[in-house]
Amino acid sequence: MSEQHTLSVLVENKPGVLVRIAGLFSRRGFNIESLAVGPTEHEEISRMTIVVNCEEHPLEQVTKQLNKLINVIKIVELEPSQAVQRELMLIKVRADADSRSKVLETVDLFRAHVVDVALDAVTVEATGSHDKLEALVRVLEPFGIKELVKSGAIAVGRGGRSITDRTLRPLERSA
Amino acid sequence: MTEQSSPAPSKVHAPSPLDIPARTAAPRPTPSRPAPAQPGSQAQPGGTAQPAGAAQPGGAQQAATAPRPHHSTPLRVTGAQALVLALERVGVDIVFGIPGGAVLPAYDPLLDSKQIRHILVRHEQGAGHAATGYAQATGRTGVCMATSGPGATNLVTPLADAYMDSVPVVAITGQVSTNLIGTDGFQEADISGITYPITKHNFLVTKPEDIARTIGEAFHLASTGRPGPVLVDIAKDAMQATTEFTWPVPFDLPGYHPVTRPHSRQVREAARMITEARRPVLYVGGGVIKADASAELKILAELTGAPVVTTLMARGAFPDSHPLHLGMPGMHGTVAAVGALQRADLIVALGARFDDRVTGKLDSFAPDALIVHADIDPAEISKNRRADVPIVGDCKEVIAELIAAVSTDHEHGLKGDHAEWWAALDQWRTKYPLGYDEADDGSLAPQYVIERIGALAGPEAVYVAGVGQHQMWASQFIGYENPRTWINSGGAGTMGFAVPAAMGAKVGLPETPVWAIDGDGCFQMTNQELATCAIEGIPVKIAIINNGNLGMVRQWQTLFYNERYSNTNLGDRKTELQGTRVPDFVKLADAYGCIGLRCERKEDVDAIIEQAMAINDQPVVIDFIVHKDAMVWPMVAAGTSNDDIKHARDIAPEWEASE
Repeated sequence: MSEQHTLSVLVENKPGVLVRIAGLFSRRGFNIESLAVGPTEHEEISRMTIVVNCEEHPLEQVTKQLNKLINVIKIVELEPSQAVQRELMLIKVRADADSRSKVLETVDLFRAHVVDVALDAVTVEATGSHDKLEALVRVLEPFGIKELVKSGAIAVGRGGRSITDRTLRPLERSA
Repeated sequence: MTEQSSPAPSKVHAPSPLDIPARTAAPRPTPSRPAPAQPGSQAQPGGTAQPAGAAQPGGAQQAATAPRPHHSTPLRVTGAQALVLALERVGVDIVFGIPGGAVLPAYDPLLDSKQIRHILVRHEQGAGHAATGYAQATGRTGVCMATSGPGATNLVTPLADAYMDSVPVVAITGQVSTNLIGTDGFQEADISGITYPITKHNFLVTKPEDIARTIGEAFHLASTGRPGPVLVDIAKDAMQATTEFTWPVPFDLPGYHPVTRPHSRQVREAARMITEARRPVLYVGGGVIKADASAELKILAELTGAPVVTTLMARGAFPDSHPLHLGMPGMHGTVAAVGALQRADLIVALGARFDDRVTGKLDSFAPDALIVHADIDPAEISKNRRADVPIVGDCKEVIAELIAAVSTDHEHGLKGDHAEWWAALDQWRTKYPLGYDEADDGSLAPQYVIERIGALAGPEAVYVAGVGQHQMWASQFIGYENPRTWINSGGAGTMGFAVPAAMGAKVGLPETPVWAIDGDGCFQMTNQELATCAIEGIPVKIAIINNGNLGMVRQWQTLFYNERYSNTNLGDRKTELQGTRVPDFVKLADAYGCIGLRCERKEDVDAIIEQAMAINDQPVVIDFIVHKDAMVWPMVAAGTSNDDIKHARDIAPEWEASE
């Protein structure tokens, strides 16, 4: 049965790396559910969080193929129960004088924030798991959603260990 | 036999992790060039060790612990000079290429290099395949060079080809200057973007100080782990600017650490399965040749008594004359090899990748077999067929450890009994040997021609094929005894491979006779390199198996398209003559400064081959006019089960022993 897997991929912070990874996924026929890239505590390493929907065997293949990319330093699959996973959403909701208080009430319930107010709309920022954001969208829908933008998921393992710790071990090879 | 083959050609090199074998400069038939200023000689270690890293702006992360002490004095050079110096330092002796606008700066210091011979080809595709032929014949990394835009895109096919067959090749391309990159400048093409999926890795270098390190990294990547092509695209202004050259340079490859040592528990498990198996098969792929593991393979095979099959990429890894050898498996494999895999209870895959041409319909492939899969590339293991025992490692080490583990098991009295298995195998190979029919009309059988070339040129020669029927016959009817004597385009199936690849092989092994077995269709795709061969003094021998048709496509039209021959006839339809006569290959050879010969009768075959073998100072092209309806057998039709192999048309083997 196919299910969601979250991969944390540490890559060299170099031009073209994203294209190599995206190209590999499309070429080998794997679908990316979401992808987020950003810097890490190490300047020369970027971290991608890639959510894929596939079975165990193709997942093994995609991981191995990713590992073959020279710019990929490390890949860790984060188990949902052992990791914190968050998405960020900005959502512009129709809200006039009549409905504004109801919208704000809903936003409060989800511990989201209003980041911009206009006469006919409010913009809400929300972070959370995929499910929580889906739920927020559902309850805001009746007010009228004017615009919605969402980041890919980012995730980090629970506990004190770090997956980036050992990756800077300098690899000395000389020509 | 006038052709002298070199005694024990030293053509098998273990892939050195640093790929800097000591070597002598290749003999140069070309007139010696004036070599005034030598950037190479200036940069020889002057005795004063200088701290490395002076010219290492990119290497801040790396603790500069270079393993070897002889640092050269930092030199003020241009980026282009740094490129040539770096190529010399990694041990390059041959570069195949064509200059052009963006790569011009590199060609200037190249003219002065005493170590590097540049061979001017006629088309960049020729440069790429020549680099592949050189690499496959010698085990060293092949190098090709081209300019930006169309020069670079003409390398796409050979790079894809080298990628599919895991050949260590480094391609160096000039790129437009950095201020023009991304502006659709003249002769600009995003060659690194284009070649992402068909290279092991590639680089776009825009700073002069990165050139030397990148060249070092490119050769390291190309030649270690699972070998493959690496492209280095260098902006013109980076080659023109000045920088400091130091060597060696620390690499910056934090994500690259190929595993070569196999896991010992996995090896012991595999050994146990081998000694317990009743019907084992050693399924040998090109990785065994890449790993220089033929000697180890022979020991393992003889120790276990298991039959060996060698894939198209592995022909020569195990002697064809060896009694344990069943030949090639796959679509056009022997009945015995295909049958052995189908009925095996254990398949030990060594540097092979369960390609669709070997497995046939995957879900009916070797239904009863457990799989031990050893490969240096973990992504190959369980990609197509799930492995019961995966072993990641270099085949040389894997096989050596398997030998030790199997020997230990034997000492404990565990030894497989394969008597019944061999009875079946022997019956299949006796009953269904490779063979062919002579043509009804008395015209020449292509298989006969190829068989005679193999018999007369012998197992010390190197054979290079194009793609199609002639390729299959060359793999079937020539007896290979040594690794690196059979070079072909296996994975990509690149028509036009033979002429340039043979040229590259001959440059790498000047003392060894090199025969290209080519088709008339293939030959016409890259025959412009005959000019290169003639002018540069590269005396290859090219046998055109001329049936006037795209023979393999025609065979499929015969078998699967009701003999509707759509666009496969290359001959002149107005004449009764067989074979491609436009162009006239004999005249074409002559025009290109080669010797052209033609053979149309069986009784002339030996004499003409011998005539060609006697010519050692010029390339020879022989136009063998052969029968167009000859077919490659046995055959497993595409997408069908190996069980449905046909020994010949409409003849299916009987598998069960008929007592």
